[in-house]
Amino acid sequence: MHPSAVNRLSGLLVLPLVGILAVFLIVPVCLIVVVSFWDYNEWDFFPAFIFDNYAYILTSPVTWATYWRTVQYTVITWVFCTSIGFTVAYFLAFHVRSQTWQIALFLVCTIPFWTSNIIRMISWIPFLGRNGIANSVLRDAGLIEEPLEWLLFSDFAVVLAFVHLYTLFMVVPVFNTLMRIDRSVIEAARDAGASGWQTLVHVVLPLSKPGLMIGSIFIVTLVMGDFITVRFMSGGQSASVGRVIANEIALLQYPAAAANAVILLATVLLIVSVMLRYVDIRKEL
Amino acid sequence: MKNRHLELIDVCKSFADARAVDGVNLAVEEGAYACILGPSGCGKSTLLRMIAGHESVTSGDIVLAGSNITSLSPSRRGTAMMFQDYALFPHLSVRDNVGFALRMRGQKEAERHRKADEMLERVQLGDYANRFPAQLSGGQQQRVALARAMITEPQVLLLDEPLSALDPFLRVQIRSELRQLQRDLGTTFVHVTHSQDEALALADQVVVMNGGEIQQSSTAFDVFNKPRSEFVARFIGGHNVITHDDKRVSIRADRMGISWPSRDGLMATVVDIEFQGATVLVKSQLNGDSDAVVVRLGDTQFFEHPLKVGEPVCLTWREEDAHALAA
Repeated sequence: MHPSAVNRLSGLLVLPLVGILAVFLIVPVCLIVVVSFWDYNEWDFFPAFIFDNYAYILTSPVTWATYWRTVQYTVITWVFCTSIGFTVAYFLAFHVRSQTWQIALFLVCTIPFWTSNIIRMISWIPFLGRNGIANSVLRDAGLIEEPLEWLLFSDFAVVLAFVHLYTLFMVVPVFNTLMRIDRSVIEAARDAGASGWQTLVHVVLPLSKPGLMIGSIFIVTLVMGDFITVRFMSGGQSASVGRVIANEIALLQYPAAAANAVILLATVLLIVSVMLRYVDIRKEL
Repeated sequence: MKNRHLELIDVCKSFADARAVDGVNLAVEEGAYACILGPSGCGKSTLLRMIAGHESVTSGDIVLAGSNITSLSPSRRGTAMMFQDYALFPHLSVRDNVGFALRMRGQKEAERHRKADEMLERVQLGDYANRFPAQLSGGQQQRVALARAMITEPQVLLLDEPLSALDPFLRVQIRSELRQLQRDLGTTFVHVTHSQDEALALADQVVVMNGGEIQQSSTAFDVFNKPRSEFVARFIGGHNVITHDDKRVSIRADRMGISWPSRDGLMATVVDIEFQGATVLVKSQLNGDSDAVVVRLGDTQFFEHPLKVGEPVCLTWREEDAHALAA
């Protein structure tokens, strides 16, 4: 066969993938972008090419406050997910010697994921509520007189749920990178006089950067786009960008929701591209 | 021995179900190049890792320069280890790799860079200080590993199969560099290898191990000419082990001869002939015995009377070349 014919034929092999991506990713995103320029009133929306949706969103102080709150959730959740996730992955990779136990404990980490997000969130309610388990235990122990009001339907509850939901997304990629670290490199550090802490800071952490970065991308994108956790756990008292979009959809303001979605997408892509500048994750994939 | 620098006293190592090192006694002189030689699984690497402090000692003592270092941490023993696959830090530049130990000791950046560059100059890698390990060839990585181990000026450098990852040509070249460097620095080297050539070429002292025990520890010359046991004779290579006058003896392959008319030797049949350039190996099977014997003849000697496979021959040697082995 002629070389160019071979090239054309092998080009055909990527067609199914291109088709799937086009139908399920590119077309929907393009539609959202198109609709974001449309106009709407109380009961209908219709084709147009106006910038009012963007102008309204970008000039509204509510938008900036919501974004600020969303970013706060993201940063705090990231800090906790990263520190807990790294610790768990480190323990699994370096302290659990037998592979059987490694797999067993790894599965234990995934057990909460056998139920749905919503159920895992709701199950916090009886625990954190005014007369919930946490408050009764604290009261019985004589640590508090009055029930703690901030446990449920608060920013604390939102972050707690996020950490609970998403820590595994940090554990998995970090565990993966830690398992790839050559054990003799750790030994070489010890041989050179590095203490356990120095080995962690100068060898293990730098080498686990790609995994940390993949986990961070998961967490940032998941928290930035979330709307249900914030609604449930804050009892409707806190807003996030995702919730704003969900509200607008509920009010049939599709163009406004689309414009919001485009801005959110751009923001998340910007954050991820900045993150990727600092770490080369290609070798991990 | 004039100066016992590194001394192992009845060192044992047991793992859950096996004894890896069994009662090893060994003394290495200061500034000597010692090679621990043995087949894989003989406990030589475990022994080295115990000296380095990366493996705990089940029983026995390790003494270095008069102080007992058996239970000290690796960095406080005065030893440094060069790992088999080099174990360079992939995220650090060559300079930072070499200066790593100094950084751990809290030395100032300028100072440790100066010392690292000095050490890199010494292994002829001065121009590569800013590269990363992945950008270096195997031989260069090996030298970085060596520089990194030597930066702390250890009293003993421990090398775990340092040449096994290199191709044969480079191995011979790096081998002589290693010997040269050891002579220049005057540091005691303990080098673990499974290659007889390497041990004979490098070592002042060859330690042959098998089954967790030392079989023989002496100069390279003595190990080759006076192997103590059948195992040593066979492992070191170039020897024939046969039964003569009801005793097991070893005779170097190049000290044996082949004669035809004469009948005062061992009768054998040629089974294979291997031309090796300067020498020719004649493999033969003893008549009425299971032992195979290899005779190494000079090429001129061989081609004066070429042999063919299947031909009967008579094997001869001088009495003083037959070396009696311990039972």
